[in-house]
Amino acid sequence: MGTTASQLGKDLLSEYQVTVFCFVFSAYKRFSELLGKDEKDVLHERVPMDRILTLPELKSNPFRKRICYVFSTSDSKNGSLTFEDFLDLLSAFSDSATMEIKSHYAFRIFDFDDDGTLDCGDLEKLVNCLTGETDETKLTAEEMRQLISNILEESDIDKDGTVNLSEFQHVISRSPDFVSSFKIVL
Amino acid sequence: RGMRRCSPKYKVVGKVQGHLTHLLCHSPEPSEEDDIDEEVDEEEEVRPESLSSEELEKLKEAVDERKKLIQALRGKPWPIKKKCVILRESQEFVEKYEGALGKGKGRKLYAYKVLMSKKWMKFQRDFENFKTACIPWEMKIKEIESHFGSSVASYFIFLRWMYGINMILFCLTFGLVMVPEALMGRPYGTIPRKTVPRAEATSAMDFAVLWDFGGYAQYSVLFYGYYNNQRAVGWLKFRMPLSYFLVGVGTVAYSYMVVIRTMARNANESGVGDDNSFNFNWRMFTSWDYLIGNPETADNKFASITTSFKEAILEEQESQKDDNIHLTRFLRVLANFLVLCCLAGSGYLIYFVVRRSQKFSQRDSNIEKEIHVNMVMSLLGMFCPMLFDVISALENYHPRVALQWQLGRIFALFLGNLYTFIIALMDEINLKREEENIIKFNITVWEASLFNGTVSVNSTAPPVTIEPADVPRGPCWETMVGQEFVRLIISDTMTTYITLLIGDFLRAVLVRFLNYCWCWDLEAGFPSYSEFDVSGNVLGLIFNQGMIWMGAFYAPCLPALNVLRLHVSMYLQCWAVMCCNVPQERVFKASGSNNFYMAMLLVILFLSTLPAIYTIVTIPPSFDCGPFSGKQRMFDVIQETLESDFPAWFGKVFSYASNPGLVLPFMLLMVLAIYYLQSTSKSYKEANMELKKKLQTVVQNMFPPLVQQSCFNVYF
Repeated sequence: MGTTASQLGKDLLSEYQVTVFCFVFSAYKRFSELLGKDEKDVLHERVPMDRILTLPELKSNPFRKRICYVFSTSDSKNGSLTFEDFLDLLSAFSDSATMEIKSHYAFRIFDFDDDGTLDCGDLEKLVNCLTGETDETKLTAEEMRQLISNILEESDIDKDGTVNLSEFQHVISRSPDFVSSFKIVL
Repeated sequence: RGMRRCSPKYKVVGKVQGHLTHLLCHSPEPSEEDDIDEEVDEEEEVRPESLSSEELEKLKEAVDERKKLIQALRGKPWPIKKKCVILRESQEFVEKYEGALGKGKGRKLYAYKVLMSKKWMKFQRDFENFKTACIPWEMKIKEIESHFGSSVASYFIFLRWMYGINMILFCLTFGLVMVPEALMGRPYGTIPRKTVPRAEATSAMDFAVLWDFGGYAQYSVLFYGYYNNQRAVGWLKFRMPLSYFLVGVGTVAYSYMVVIRTMARNANESGVGDDNSFNFNWRMFTSWDYLIGNPETADNKFASITTSFKEAILEEQESQKDDNIHLTRFLRVLANFLVLCCLAGSGYLIYFVVRRSQKFSQRDSNIEKEIHVNMVMSLLGMFCPMLFDVISALENYHPRVALQWQLGRIFALFLGNLYTFIIALMDEINLKREEENIIKFNITVWEASLFNGTVSVNSTAPPVTIEPADVPRGPCWETMVGQEFVRLIISDTMTTYITLLIGDFLRAVLVRFLNYCWCWDLEAGFPSYSEFDVSGNVLGLIFNQGMIWMGAFYAPCLPALNVLRLHVSMYLQCWAVMCCNVPQERVFKASGSNNFYMAMLLVILFLSTLPAIYTIVTIPPSFDCGPFSGKQRMFDVIQETLESDFPAWFGKVFSYASNPGLVLPFMLLMVLAIYYLQSTSKSYKEANMELKKKLQTVVQNMFPPLVQQSCFNVYF
């Protein structure tokens, strides 16, 4: 504990604590457990995505890869996370995070092609993630088409065939379940 | 950045504000940062003291803006690097100019205020952290949530909330009623009401008698009858009867306040209540529970999401279709008729059993009588819901609607049972009161006979000393009521635990081990493992709490008993759920039902305080037991206190305030206020809908897509 505790100085700790919703010190402990024996610099080390995905909270999540890509600040877009990215992740998914933060990040997670809107391709991939991998749980093509058209009918106000951030936030802010289900707690 | 050519002083403020907007709009690059920093440093030569008052105002505004930004930093969707840079910048700026602002104008006071507010914020943050760490059973509930989803966890969160309420009720009754009487009241054995009668003395310590709350348990602070009616006890002059009465009223008032406050908070959080307008979107975007950490639960969740999608699509298609509505209606009416028959049947059964037990009360012992009534009630509570489940197959409702109907029916069943029990209790109370009159007469005869052998009544002879145990006793109906409730709670608890052990644990053990030598697959087929019945358990919890509220006035030990029971339940059920249950196949979100359960709790609170209030207001207290003995009505203690302990003018004010001529107009005013608030809220909702529709059509028809996006940013 001595070596890990000394890297996160008091000033840095309080600075981080002001900017995030989660508990910084417990995040620090979990992150340092992810590091290998030869990776000592907790604050600057970049952890590859497959190690992040071994966390029990993320293991069963169908969006785990998207989550890593969204929060990763790596130049090569390989989904690896530093400690600060990890803090960002935990803060957005924390219990006390606001609706705006959660809906902002949810939109980015669901936007599979990163083009700033949710079009039919994104929605289709989203449905396939939600219904699981096996064939018996997948929807038929007809059901998929029906589902996507119903979704667009409900939320696409400007009728451009895609759901943009404002429309998404408009829909999500009225949901009673969103804030309580969009939560990951260490 | 568009800064004007103006005096250097303005440049400082302007530059800083420009810097601010620059930071907010673009993500900072390290090289740019240093440049900006240097530029600001250069301007530092302009001393704040030389600024005029308006410039000081502007500077103060800039400082305040920065402070607000620091506060709001958490809620911005930026990466941490950017937030930290902005944080450092803003903190430096604030430190640099804040102190300067205070120069010459009570600077020390300003600096002190700033220091205090920083310390206060830090204290608040630490206190929040401490409070979160103190929440009991958090890890347990989190584990259950990750295995079973949020609806099962919501039961345990509800249990924990109930535990909190009961803890407060326990502190009230224990600290203000039981402890003062135990410490400062007259000790055991000094007066008749506090002593076990001679006739029962031999069996007073038997386990069977104690388990039934007779013997020494009956003549103790646990029940109403032990309390002395002395107005003030001990060196503190503690007003015992007044305290007893006020604690009884206070527990009910506190419960009302807590339940209504929680309901209001839930109503706020659940949003405007547009239940069906975003059905598909919500299923798509909010159905995944991110707390699930277990692959088995995740698979179940996938299956349930798929089912819900298919269902929603089917419903959408079927809602256009309209056939066979007459058949459906007929079937629903038939189902409700059958349910009413069941309820009537169960009510009659309980009444029959209670009357039968009263008729034979001389022959059977007390324990057997209890077993009959409680067994019948528990069996009804177990089998009738299953019957309702079967009947509801006729109705063909949507599962969530069907669940609510089921809950409503079980609620009606339990309520019917409880009220039948109370009616039986009322009969007993009347019997005891008749007995009391007979005993009062007997006591006068007995007292006369005491003096017979010695001297005549008129002489001033020393009083004959009699053992308190020998004095003939009245039948204290209040203690009887308290005892009945305690026995009911205990037998209910035992039934719940035994059902849990047999229904869940034994079943799981059998399925697991008999599976090796059985013809069909026990795990997938008939018995299989049980699912956790959230609604049944929540209802059980609510009804138990209702019984506590009903009986707490007559048995101050009930909240203590309930705290113990909830504590044990928490551990037992957490273990049972993890060990014997499997995740539900249909996973319903808990939040929709949250206010439904609160509403039921409120109804139960109201209905359970009614009998207690009725007995307090109409029935005179027993003449020789309890803190109100000797009074005409129990609430006379308030009148007495007002007359003797408060100054005369207070009594006058109170009598004016309780004048019907004042109270009735006040109630009328409140009813009018409620009506007014209700109608304004309705009109606001309608106006909201209108505006939404208008905005949709306007935006759709008149503006190109790009501008629409910015419109939304403005309005939403």
